[in-house]
Amino acid sequence: MTEPLLFARNLVKRYGRVTAMDHADFDLYPGEILAVIGDNGAGKSSLIKALSGAVQPDEGEIRLDGKPVSFASPLEARQAGIETVYQTLALSPALSISDNMFMGREIRRQGVLGKWFGMLDKPAMDAFSRQKLSELGLMTIQNIGQPIETLSGGQRQGVAVARAAAFGSRVIILDEPTAALGVKESRRVLDLILDVRSRGIPIVLISHNMPHVFEVADRIHIHRLGRRLCVINPKEHTMSDAVAYMTGARVPEALAA
Amino acid sequence: MSDTPDPVVARNPSETVASFEHHSRGALDWVQHFLHRYPTMVPVIVLVLSLIAFGLISPNFFSAFNLSLILQQVAVVGTLAAAQSLVILTAGIDLSVGAVMVMVSVIMGKLSVDFGLPVPISILVGLAVGAATGALNGALVTRLKLPPFITTLGTWNIFLALNYYLSNRETIRSQTLDAEAPLLKLFGERFNLGGAVLTYGVVLMLIVFAVLWYALYQTAWGRRVYAVGDDPEAASLAGIQTRRVLMSVYVVAGVICALAAWSSIGRVGSVSPTSFFEANLESITAVVIGGISLFGGRGSILGPLIGALIVGVFNSGLRLAGVDVLWQLFATGWLIIVAVAIDQWIRKISS
Repeated sequence: MTEPLLFARNLVKRYGRVTAMDHADFDLYPGEILAVIGDNGAGKSSLIKALSGAVQPDEGEIRLDGKPVSFASPLEARQAGIETVYQTLALSPALSISDNMFMGREIRRQGVLGKWFGMLDKPAMDAFSRQKLSELGLMTIQNIGQPIETLSGGQRQGVAVARAAAFGSRVIILDEPTAALGVKESRRVLDLILDVRSRGIPIVLISHNMPHVFEVADRIHIHRLGRRLCVINPKEHTMSDAVAYMTGARVPEALAA
Repeated sequence: MSDTPDPVVARNPSETVASFEHHSRGALDWVQHFLHRYPTMVPVIVLVLSLIAFGLISPNFFSAFNLSLILQQVAVVGTLAAAQSLVILTAGIDLSVGAVMVMVSVIMGKLSVDFGLPVPISILVGLAVGAATGALNGALVTRLKLPPFITTLGTWNIFLALNYYLSNRETIRSQTLDAEAPLLKLFGERFNLGGAVLTYGVVLMLIVFAVLWYALYQTAWGRRVYAVGDDPEAASLAGIQTRRVLMSVYVVAGVICALAAWSSIGRVGSVSPTSFFEANLESITAVVIGGISLFGGRGSILGPLIGALIVGVFNSGLRLAGVDVLWQLFATGWLIIVAVAIDQWIRKISS
């Protein structure tokens, strides 16, 4: 069997007396969509933050491509190729699509202008942004220079996903990408997620929306009480199974034995 | 975004990737979208209208002499407004700019006259002190997480006190400067430009704005300043080191205050520890009238330049019309309120 691309074992994170992660495990295989579900307070976000560099676990190990990694900041995780689309999207509403795509990793011009005067290569950044948005079929965006705040919720999500897909060479983590969207826009974002997977980039999808999870996920990681309870195949289990495991109403067969 | 042709920027038709949802909008909606896209148009329109109005009221208004006088009068506050703009773009405010300016002018004067340092050295020391005051403000805001308003309210008083201490509340007279440190009065010197008399202080102000415009629009630093002001959390998640950006903004603002100090010596002709007492508030006025949002991240750096000119035009126009000085304040007050109201309205677009 293939090796997991992103792998974590025995992650522990304590905040005072509260244990947010209690020896949590995690595996993400190449090219898959792994959904992470769990009740509120189950420690999903701590796990995801540990993988995206926003939180540093007290114990345990994380491996990317088999190599041990420890991210001191989200920036380091990004540099390793792990991009996260936060629930808040982390877009600057007043800045343009292009500015947002390149936030924190702008392209400078060649030669003296770029080197000595730090001049940005705006044509290159605009062209790149336009290309990335078109690749993901976000054709309804008319002008790459238009501010984020003039876009609809789905379009904003689309820009955030496009940004992650453009730079996330290894893993893309999506935190509740459809939570704030209507039916039609959710549809577009799910298509977008499938589209990104078809490019070979594995995706970690955190969501509360069971129909969405069951529609796109290849495997479902169920988190409960700070650790991974089990991983299920959405084709072999129903949504009510998943909810029952997640809330503790039922124990998965593999564990019950 | 807009289904109406854009009058200012000619757009490459191939850029239109696909049609956007068209929905009919009223004229007011169109105006809102237009101003959202070009926030500097508000002050530009106000400036043009006030020029026309005062030109009609007083025939002398449009003389080259009067117009260049307005420029000279706004040069110092305009330069300070450039510093203020940077801080306000990060959703902060700097109440200490005026005090820093006066204190630095005292330091430049004292070092040159009383301590006999070569003037270029005292100017460099002054610029370094300006940077240090910015670093202090920046450290208090980014490290201790104090609100910029309170931080700079505090440092305003501190710098004012230091200014009185250093100067002994004594003015360095114009003649003394002429004899011992004429370079300090450089920015008060006049030159002729097509009938209009300008000072180098005006040129300095324009250069400061031009450099800031470049830095804000053409460099990564500028984009990050806007991002941090717009939504610091988002900027930080997007990988920007927000504290470093904020710190740099305060330091650059401090250096610009020091440049304004040099310029102010030329404008006043002497080094006076009691001059420009309201410069901090006047700089905020210019920024606000210039259409930079007090909530950060929005507005053009050229707005405050126009904002400063509007205040200058109003003061000059009303004076030429023989109106009591109190009405200049009255008019400025309304300009501020209208400017902020328009800003609020424009920002409602985001939905």
